[in-house]
Amino acid sequence: MINSQNISLVVNGEPVSASVPNRTNLVDFLRNQLGLTGSHVGCEHGVCGACTLEVNGSMIRGCLMLAVQADGAEITTVEGFTSRDKAAQLQRSFQKNNALQCGYCTPGMLASALEYVEAGGGADRAAIRQHLSGNYCRCTGYQSIVDAVVDVIEQGAKQ
Amino acid sequence: MKAADFDYQRPSNLEAALDLLDDESGDVQVLAGGQSLMPMMNFRLAQPELLVDLNGLEDLQFIREADGHIQIGSMTRYCELENSPLIQQHVPLFSKALPHIAHVAIRNRGTIGGSTALADPAAEMPALLIALDAIIVARSRHGERSIKAAEFFLGLYETALEMGELIASISIPISEAGCECGFYELARRHGDYAMAGVAITVQTTNPISEARVVFFAVSDRATRTEAVENQLNGVSTLAGEEMKNAMEEIGKLDFHGDLNADIATKQHLAKVVFKRAIAEIFS
Ligand SMILES: Cc1cc2nc3c(=O)[nH]c(=O)nc-3n(C[C@H](O)[C@H](O)[C@H](O)COP(=O)(O)OP(=O)(O)OC[C@H]3O[C@@H](n4cnc5c(N)ncnc54)[C@H](O)[C@@H]3O)c2cc1C
Ligand code: FES
Ligand code: FES
Repeated sequence: MINSQNISLVVNGEPVSASVPNRTNLVDFLRNQLGLTGSHVGCEHGVCGACTLEVNGSMIRGCLMLAVQADGAEITTVEGFTSRDKAAQLQRSFQKNNALQCGYCTPGMLASALEYVEAGGGADRAAIRQHLSGNYCRCTGYQSIVDAVVDVIEQGAKQ
Repeated sequence: MKAADFDYQRPSNLEAALDLLDDESGDVQVLAGGQSLMPMMNFRLAQPELLVDLNGLEDLQFIREADGHIQIGSMTRYCELENSPLIQQHVPLFSKALPHIAHVAIRNRGTIGGSTALADPAAEMPALLIALDAIIVARSRHGERSIKAAEFFLGLYETALEMGELIASISIPISEAGCECGFYELARRHGDYAMAGVAITVQTTNPISEARVVFFAVSDRATRTEAVENQLNGVSTLAGEEMKNAMEEIGKLDFHGDLNADIATKQHLAKVVFKRAIAEIFS
């Protein structure tokens, strides 16, 4: 018998109740039980950043938190970010700057970039790279991702 | 991979957690930030029967000043330490070192207690606690005891914690005027585990005294080196003959290679990080 618990949480603004196996991590629950396949699963040990998403206002690794631990939490995934100004700007800027190729890293990359931009981070490339250092991208070489983040910050400064 | 199945309990107070831990089988494990335990469970290097989640324990989440110490609850997350005015004011060594521990998303979950209990030889926290002469307060159903950081880390992932005990808090003496600290590490990429690093605290009022020099990521545990400290104590700055002697003493540490760097590389890097940390203190 697989041990499980009932949890209630809010995902992208909608209340959700479900029974989840104890061993299921948060990102698997969101993908497999709720059909929110925007958050990706890469390494399952915290190294690649593809599963990065927001829990109670801070970005965390979806593969290193159990779904049962999200009982009572408020969760936002890439599907829910779009309603936030800075996220929509980042998405447009990623597209414009070719900051994605296969797109596997993109939901996690957006989550980390969003945290940086919303916290008022500056356009300093080294600081941006440091903030994104926990997110792997195997396609772009990072240059264009940093360009995309810099653009959003500079646009914000002009407004 | 996915974790094996387990029972899950999330007690809401410390007493209830200690009751659950009081189990002879050894198959009970506590879950703090999960930033090391979850990877180990996903790899099936850890397969606890019962997981006791400490995230509901508000009595382990605090940073406060009392009796000349900064007391930190074990469930305090790295990000909370980074943002704490008390820590910024009284534990500048933490402020220097924390940005080097993993990445933001990991620091948003990882805890001071988890890192201390894990005793990873490449982790920053054990070295910081030894350099700061911290006290680790352990609790079990049978009582409480205080363990000096210097006596807490016993080897590779090995600590003085006994069955049924957990870390409740960590206490750091507030340093006196004139106390300076230095920190330097070398990693392949920002946030990766270090290839070699050092944490130093020292009284810089001329002549230098009370030096504590602790290396990490060079041996099987964070390693305090009195032979190097002796070169610092009693001089006004570290240069010339004393620096040469310090380098020689560093070379004699019990180096262990790892996936990142072999022994010869670590011997070299330990000298580099030491010189850079010293330069920062005396600049
Ligand atoms: C990609 C990545 C990079 C990382 N890089 C670094 C790095 O550069 N430096 C570094 O130091 N760390 C690094 N870490 C590890 C991170 O710091 C962990 O958060 C930390 O080692 C463990 O803390 P935790 O709260 O997550 O503990 P958990 O993972 O929950 O627990 C770790 C162990 O400690 C035990 N434990 C937890 N709390 C207590 C307690 N209060 N009392 C007794 N036992 C307890 C658990 O049972 C478990 O055995 C990295 C992790 C990842 C995923
Ligand atoms: S899948 Fe979570 S960090 Fe790689
Ligand atoms: S776009 Fe392919 S991994 Fe980043």
